[in-house]
Amino acid sequence: MVGEFRMPSLGADMERGTLVEWLVTPGDHVRRGDVMATVDTEKTVMDVESFEDGVIAELLAAPGETLTVGTPMARITPTPASVMAPPATAPVSTPVPEAEVEPEQTTPSPGARVPSATPPVRRLARGLGLDLTRITGTGKAGHVTRADVERAAAEQRTDAGAVRSVRVSPRARRLAGELGVDEANVAGTGPHGAVTGGDILRAAKGNEPTGAEGRPGAQNGPGPTPGPADPGQRATGLRRRIGTLMSRSKKTIPHYYLGTTIDLQAALTWMHAVNAQRPVSTRLVPAALLLKASALAARQVPELNGFYTEARFRPSPVVHLGVAVALREGGLVAPAIHAADTLTVDQMMERLRDVVTRARTGHLRRAEIADPTLTVTALGELGVDTVYGVIYPPQVALVGFGRVRERPWAQDGMLTVHQAVNATLSADHRVSDGLRGGRFLDLINDVLQRPEEL
Amino acid sequence: MNEHDARAAVYAAISQVAPDVETDGLDDRSRLRQDLELDSLDFLALVEHLARRAGVDVPESDYGRVGTVAALIAYVAEHA
Amino acid sequence: METTYREAMRTAIREALLQDDRVFLMGEDVGAYGGCFAVSLGLFEEFGPERIRDTPLSESAFVGAGIGAALNGMRPIVEIMTVNFSLLALDQIVNNAATLLHMSGGQFNVPLVIRTTTGAGRQLGAQHSHSLEGWFAHVPGLRILTPATVEDARGMLWTALEDPDPVLIFEHGSLYNLSSELAEDAGPVDIHAAAVRREGGDVSLITYGGTLPLTLEAADRLAAEGIEAEVLDLRTLRPLDDAAILATVVKTHRAVVVDEGWRSGSLSAEISARITESAFYELDAPVGRVCSAEVPIPYARDLELAALPSAERVVAAARQAVGGGG
Repeated sequence: MVGEFRMPSLGADMERGTLVEWLVTPGDHVRRGDVMATVDTEKTVMDVESFEDGVIAELLAAPGETLTVGTPMARITPTPASVMAPPATAPVSTPVPEAEVEPEQTTPSPGARVPSATPPVRRLARGLGLDLTRITGTGKAGHVTRADVERAAAEQRTDAGAVRSVRVSPRARRLAGELGVDEANVAGTGPHGAVTGGDILRAAKGNEPTGAEGRPGAQNGPGPTPGPADPGQRATGLRRRIGTLMSRSKKTIPHYYLGTTIDLQAALTWMHAVNAQRPVSTRLVPAALLLKASALAARQVPELNGFYTEARFRPSPVVHLGVAVALREGGLVAPAIHAADTLTVDQMMERLRDVVTRARTGHLRRAEIADPTLTVTALGELGVDTVYGVIYPPQVALVGFGRVRERPWAQDGMLTVHQAVNATLSADHRVSDGLRGGRFLDLINDVLQRPEEL
Repeated sequence: MNEHDARAAVYAAISQVAPDVETDGLDDRSRLRQDLELDSLDFLALVEHLARRAGVDVPESDYGRVGTVAALIAYVAEHA
Repeated sequence: METTYREAMRTAIREALLQDDRVFLMGEDVGAYGGCFAVSLGLFEEFGPERIRDTPLSESAFVGAGIGAALNGMRPIVEIMTVNFSLLALDQIVNNAATLLHMSGGQFNVPLVIRTTTGAGRQLGAQHSHSLEGWFAHVPGLRILTPATVEDARGMLWTALEDPDPVLIFEHGSLYNLSSELAEDAGPVDIHAAAVRREGGDVSLITYGGTLPLTLEAADRLAAEGIEAEVLDLRTLRPLDDAAILATVVKTHRAVVVDEGWRSGSLSAEISARITESAFYELDAPVGRVCSAEVPIPYARDLELAALPSAERVVAAARQAVGGGG
């Protein structure tokens, strides 16, 4: 019996994903939960895991392919079976270490010498479509190094031109010829990652020396962390996807907006007192309090917490709070903090740091991105007082917090100075109206006046 | 700690938190939040890094004194 | 004036009968019964048995009679109950109506109009549900019309009667109850050009007849996702409006053909081939097709729906053509 590894749904609105990279190869043992591949969703790149134990029998999808959710991507043979069984003639007495079996499975000639190389180098060679046995190792005892692989790749490029097959639409090929663009260097956005005419036109525009936009990834030399794709390309792709999603939001969701100023004097006094007794590593930031308060308020106003799909609203019984995280290369993602209303402030802080770190290193897991029911942008501390958010479909609301700062505060006929923040709500008028929305902001305010109960 | 070491410690911490920021030729007057675009979590990570590597604990009450690269370097030099 | 497709067609027949006394309608149950799909309801009472003629159940005989009448100067409208039954008259249509002008060296033209119902979706079983208009579109000497809107139901008949050669009008059974606003002065329309029913720049959805409404619905859904589809209604399947097909593909660089006929050897195959012949270097994606399953159309409701093109399938095909990034 053979299992199938399918394109997972990594969010309620995800319809398809693009395979960025395989992290396994046929013959690999995988356990349930092992990372199999990285997938580019509409929102971010993330690792996806296997649902079963077994051996990779066959990879059915190639990097760059865009697949609808549920499409088989690989076949997995449950635990040791035909794939791993040594040939009948092989001596059964000596167990073969996995690392040595792997290249034999992928090497065309069974008798070929299998050079040693570290797993990342093997992966690099695989990613470049190079046969390790044909690379001359310059390391100790013929060990193949990263430099060897890179040199082999460069040689292959100059020898044979584009070896990897690039899908290019007829129109793109014609335009590439007319405009002098090398289509092999253009990222495709068409079916199965094909380069389209539009991709060529954009690339031609980007090549002009006067192009104001330039290439986003180019200013600081090579990216600091080797990701699945060039960070500049990633940022451009992410920007386009955000554009698509936000256009859809603005076209289909009738937004209404509410705002109020919330007194944070009590909350921050409490937080400073707590932080004063703590080492840096466990200190709180105001965002953790704001998130917790939002989660508690969302529990009480179900019209703001859930999904609008197929022309009706489905409230969510739990609050999975999406946290808008700005990425340093541009764009943003909004992974979820699960069951946020049940977390203590310390747990919230821990989850916040964890999820933001993961988002920024491009390694969100399914659990971090799946299905936020309400998104909060609370990290907008870069100087603006008020955030007017655009709702992430299929969610129905977005909560925004501006900069926390001192302001003149009139109360009981006295004018004093208080720390305060502007809280805003963008919500879907098909589901709720100003009265409920106002109640929500009011609840956040109430909660923040009693920080010790958070 | 002298100013030179403090600068090295601060640059190391910045590189850790914001790898895209080029510390060569970084303007000392750069503001951590507005110019280097560090948010509160980044800032916390920066402070944590300095505590671990340079042994300088910046209590929350002093956050307001370390708003720029120059101020942070001075603070580290003074407290380490 | 809100009018149904059926009423528009009846008005067109009535107007033709009033304007030209060479025009008459004949077919099975078109008279006293008012037509199997009630298109000719009331015309028998108004125009009498000479001009609204019930025929025996013999398609070959009454289509042949229509050809004879046309050759002799009349302007007959022959109604064949469904396209499946037209096969009994295939010899008359293909061997006689379509060829006589050619075989007589241009001496005898056949100004005949045949109306018939086509298509599935109403649980009428395999022998009443097929979409064979693509077969007739194969034959030189015939003009094939597929009115998909109330305006075309109202306006195509008169223009067809004015044509000196045989014209077949395929009325999709699911359209008869289609209702829309029709101008009081609506009249004859052209029968040679395709029509853009919705403008868009991302993908061309090319269709005709009974699948136009679901294609427009698919375009609406795609718009909600940010994909702007252009919908081209072919209107005339022979001769095809190549210029209109080329124009929309040049505009969007992607095409999906929606055709209720079976995929193999279908009209959709012809459209797809013409696109690759004339617009290959404009394409950004393979031409997609949404057709009926290759089975006799099932009677059971769920199976019938599963066999036919749907808005969902059109949306999926369009997404596929557009690819990941739009």
